[in-house]
Amino acid sequence: MDRKIDTELNSLNEKLLHMARLAEESVALAVKSLKERKEAFAQDVFKREESLHLLEVEIDELCMRLLALRQPVASDLRFITSAMKIGSELERVGDLAVNIAEVSVDLLKQPPLKPLIDIPRMASLAQGMIKDSLDAYVNRDEKLARAVCERDDEVDSLNDQIFRELLTYMMSDRATIDRAVGLILIGRHLERIADHATNIGEDVIFIVLGKTIKHHIEEIRRQAAAEAK
Amino acid sequence: MDTQPKIETKNLNFYYGSKQALRNINLVCAGRRVTAIIGPSGCGKSTFIRTLNRMNDVIAGTRTEGEVLLGGININSPAVDVVELRKDVGMVFQKPNPFPKSIFDNVAYGLRINNGKSRAEIEEAVEKSLIEAALWDEVKDRLKENAFDLSGGQQQRLCIARALAVEPKVILFDEPCSAIDPISTAKIEDLIMKMKKNYTVVIVTHNMQQAARVSDFTAFMMLGELIEFDKAEKIFTNPANKLTEDYITGRFG
Repeated sequence: MDRKIDTELNSLNEKLLHMARLAEESVALAVKSLKERKEAFAQDVFKREESLHLLEVEIDELCMRLLALRQPVASDLRFITSAMKIGSELERVGDLAVNIAEVSVDLLKQPPLKPLIDIPRMASLAQGMIKDSLDAYVNRDEKLARAVCERDDEVDSLNDQIFRELLTYMMSDRATIDRAVGLILIGRHLERIADHATNIGEDVIFIVLGKTIKHHIEEIRRQAAAEAK
Repeated sequence: MDTQPKIETKNLNFYYGSKQALRNINLVCAGRRVTAIIGPSGCGKSTFIRTLNRMNDVIAGTRTEGEVLLGGININSPAVDVVELRKDVGMVFQKPNPFPKSIFDNVAYGLRINNGKSRAEIEEAVEKSLIEAALWDEVKDRLKENAFDLSGGQQQRLCIARALAVEPKVILFDEPCSAIDPISTAKIEDLIMKMKKNYTVVIVTHNMQQAARVSDFTAFMMLGELIEFDKAEKIFTNPANKLTEDYITGRFG
């Protein structure tokens, strides 16, 4: 049966996919401006920020309207409540890409500190996670979503490694501090981007299975129940 | 008050002549909880609720197989007095159906035919039932007026008061709000949620949001079969069965 709500759910889906595309592009461009030392790419990131903000608000408004007027249940309800969250995650990803681009613009004014190896690796991991979390969303692929969540540790350890390495630069030469801090910040932003991809993966699992896996919640609840006894 | 009994069906089959309307229904309506039955038209939900106080007995050519247990006793066994049964298992119907009598007499009716209560006892019971049905304040000064002078929503609450007056254990609601306005509906839903403190409640409803609002447990039926039964919260957020999902999200029905 054709449902009136389907038209609106499709429009919600399209808005999310549009946001996803913009957020993915922003991350890619931010990293590119750093790697290729070109400010123009950073400017392209800044151009996308406003559209992302606009879409986030539109998604929130549409979800509110659907909740109020259609009283969705079951998979519709799970999709709508998760769409609000995924919208916020993507907006955050866009903001972090802007942060990376800003640092990049700063770094471009100075000679490179060192050849970049780990940051591009981390960037491609984080980008891959964002891409896969969105593919998982599009295909309602719970397995792929789980795989994204499992990759988060890899990004975290790369970030630690980058931090340690740059620390040695700063200790040996104070003139490197400004640039090293910039790169440390970029590592931190990429690590946060991977976290948001993980959150999207968790949201996808909730949409598909109706099951909450974040924060190891089942374990926490078991412990709380055990303590209450 | 004692815990009210659960009502339970075991391998329940029901036939109108050769047409089978219920297929092997196994369902437990928990004591002092609200159980809602939902499903598309013709799924057997009204037939089902009518088996719980043998309302189908009055329809010629019907046949029941299996058991309906009220507090462990099979209500279809010959030893059960059907009048006593319907005192224990009261029913409120789709359209308000007050008797063409005064407001007072409507509520007092069951008390008068059931046992020799004194006038004072009857008056007390009528007031108590009207208070319980959230109607007392609106009618206390006009108890002698004809019940038909009440609004539709008030008439339905009067029917609830009438059902409560004989102190039932279970109350069945068959689409109690389908013929009344939203404000009255909200009042009756509020009542149903309060009633579960004292009674076992079973409600059949076409209105999915109503089932979601009032019930502790929800059963989904289709083509005479029980498809899924679970806590209302589970049914409306993450049903296990694809048919339930498709029905409650409006993909069919």
